[in-house]
Amino acid sequence: MSDVTELIHQYLRHNKKFPHVFCPGCGHGIVLGSLIRSVHELALSKDEVVLVAGIGCSGRIAVYVDFNTVHTTHGRALTFATGIKMANPDLKVIALMGDGDAFSIGGNHLIHAARRNIGVTALVLNNSIYGMTGGQSSATTPKGAVSQTAPFGHLEKSFDLVKLASAAGANGVSRGTVFHVNMLDRLIAEAVSRPGFNLVEIMSPCFTQYGRKNKFKSAVDMFKWLKTETSPLESWEQLPPEEKAKRLPIGTFLAGQEPGLEVLYGNLRDDLAAKEQPR
Amino acid sequence: MATPRKTKKQVLFAQGNEAVVEGALLAGCTFFAGYPITPSSEIMEEMARRLPRSETGVFIQMEDEIASMGAIIGASLAGRKVMTATSGPGFSLMQEHLGYACMTEVPLVIVNVMRGGPSTGLPTSPAQGDVQQARWGTHGDHPIIVLSAASVQECLEMTVTAFNFAEKYRSPVILLLDEITAHTREKIELPLPGEHEIFNRVVPSMPPEWYKPFEDTMRGVPSMPPLGSGYRYHVTGLTHDVMGFPTQQPDEIKALIERLFRKIDQFYTDIMLVDEYLTTDAEVGVVAYGSVARSAELAVAQAREAGVNAGLLKLKTLFPFPRPFVERLARSCKTLIVPEMNMGQMSREVKRVAASLTHIRTLNRIDGQIITPSQILKAITQG
Ligand SMILES: Cc1ncc(C[n+]2csc(CCOP(=O)(O)OP(=O)(O)O)c2C)c(N)n1
Ligand code: SF4
Ligand SMILES: [Mg+2]
Repeated sequence: MSDVTELIHQYLRHNKKFPHVFCPGCGHGIVLGSLIRSVHELALSKDEVVLVAGIGCSGRIAVYVDFNTVHTTHGRALTFATGIKMANPDLKVIALMGDGDAFSIGGNHLIHAARRNIGVTALVLNNSIYGMTGGQSSATTPKGAVSQTAPFGHLEKSFDLVKLASAAGANGVSRGTVFHVNMLDRLIAEAVSRPGFNLVEIMSPCFTQYGRKNKFKSAVDMFKWLKTETSPLESWEQLPPEEKAKRLPIGTFLAGQEPGLEVLYGNLRDDLAAKEQPR
Repeated sequence: MATPRKTKKQVLFAQGNEAVVEGALLAGCTFFAGYPITPSSEIMEEMARRLPRSETGVFIQMEDEIASMGAIIGASLAGRKVMTATSGPGFSLMQEHLGYACMTEVPLVIVNVMRGGPSTGLPTSPAQGDVQQARWGTHGDHPIIVLSAASVQECLEMTVTAFNFAEKYRSPVILLLDEITAHTREKIELPLPGEHEIFNRVVPSMPPEWYKPFEDTMRGVPSMPPLGSGYRYHVTGLTHDVMGFPTQQPDEIKALIERLFRKIDQFYTDIMLVDEYLTTDAEVGVVAYGSVARSAELAVAQAREAGVNAGLLKLKTLFPFPRPFVERLARSCKTLIVPEMNMGQMSREVKRVAASLTHIRTLNRIDGQIITPSQILKAITQG
């Protein structure tokens, strides 16, 4: 069997009726592949991985993989993930969310999960739009872009997810794309291995609901954009300011090693128990 | 020094909110997530002190009540007995995840110390305004278990019961208290170890490959493995088939929703808890719950002294509505009086089942004041 076939057999659910829900050209399936390769690379057991997904096209990924999978509510995946990690710190908890999910409706949970530094990996599939509900604006829809709810062009600014998560206190923050797949595999694997809260923003095109209304000719055209308009962080940093503003840096922005909240809480319990031991 | 085996009950002078914590710990609660709100905060604060002192206890203050519910659902899926506590505004925020817990059959306990509403309302005054929200607050058809308590001792006991029901029926359970019961200090006795039956969640005994996470069995309550124990399955708030996968097939949808109702319906006799006081020969019946039931008990005693055959049906389970008990009392009484600190939320239920059997009178108070025994006595003597 080829490596790919083997991974498919090992990690996808046989009892789930395929085909999947994704449109042709959707980036989300590539993230699924990358996630599986990263987990495989890290030699994690399927039993110890809990995939907690929000609501959106992105959230639907959870149903196909043979981990412990919890498909939660729109925007709230991180609250469930926090409970799971605190209840059982041995589990590898990965939260998978859309941009609307994580940063529009779920923005409050996201900044607090980052501030708490809970040991959860957050994968945010950023397609700059609400894919599932038909192409309305999200908190990452660029200014000027057209959407179903901004038919005359979006007037609002968009969030920079990397800056937001960094400012909120996340241990690890990185940005990848579904075009740069090897890099994405590495970013996810590193994020899952690092302690505390780690966020990976993943640029994942949605031609159906975003691209075709915003001057992209095809899904392929959107992948080309990811190739030509992004720069690895190291080379991006060398660019003059006006070039910097035009290009999207990708790579690892933060790689802290602070222990997660679940570890601190375990230590607190141990300390209290030691104090209460009769001497 | 070896500690002697405790045979004498420990006596505490405690608030209802503190008694809730004692009950929760006794029932095996090891996980609490919450957001502060009067008049429930003492529950959260006491949990913050107690849980890290236990072997595996976890307390976490979340960013809001939506998050509190998310966290306890996650922890429950991971195998913990879980609780949160709140009041009206927070309870409103919890409704989305309450529905998620109904749909995914996640055991959890919500304590709602009711305040006057709507909105921020009367944070420090007693009310019973959340009875129908507890029943129907979240969207979609769903069964729910709602309990109440009338005294501090009952706060402890009903919290234990709430956990037992949650675990036994894989259902969220709401314990509705009011500010009076929550903040009054009374002498209570802590039960001896083993005195209360403690129900623990049924985990699957079959090998993982045979496990059907939402199987339609006679009992209707599937076994529930903790996340990470080798039973990998899918949990979703979408309507799902027996394997937990989303479905749009009419027969699978119907089977799921009907089972969710059946698993509670068929155990009505176990779940419906009431106390009856002098009801056997009663001609005037009072149906009450929460702190109002205590005023009612005194009023009934005074009415008896005055020669009126009064009786009290105290509801400890509010939903599923204890219909058989209300019907029986309605048949023997010429009048039923339903006093409550709202505009008539429980009397709707009483009327629904007993309007054709007897005369029903409501006694409502929404000014942040308690319903006094003399108010109820007056209603009783008017007949
Ligand atoms: C509380 C709530 N509000 C609204 C919705 C409807 N809804 C479902 S998915 C979605 C947006 C999804 O967008 P995103 O998170 O970016 O994911 P994508 O589909 O783009 O991957 C919305 C608004 C919902 N399910 N729940
Ligand atoms: S609508 Fe967009 S995000 Fe959703 S599956 Fe289609 S391409 Fe992907
Ligand atoms: Mg999106």
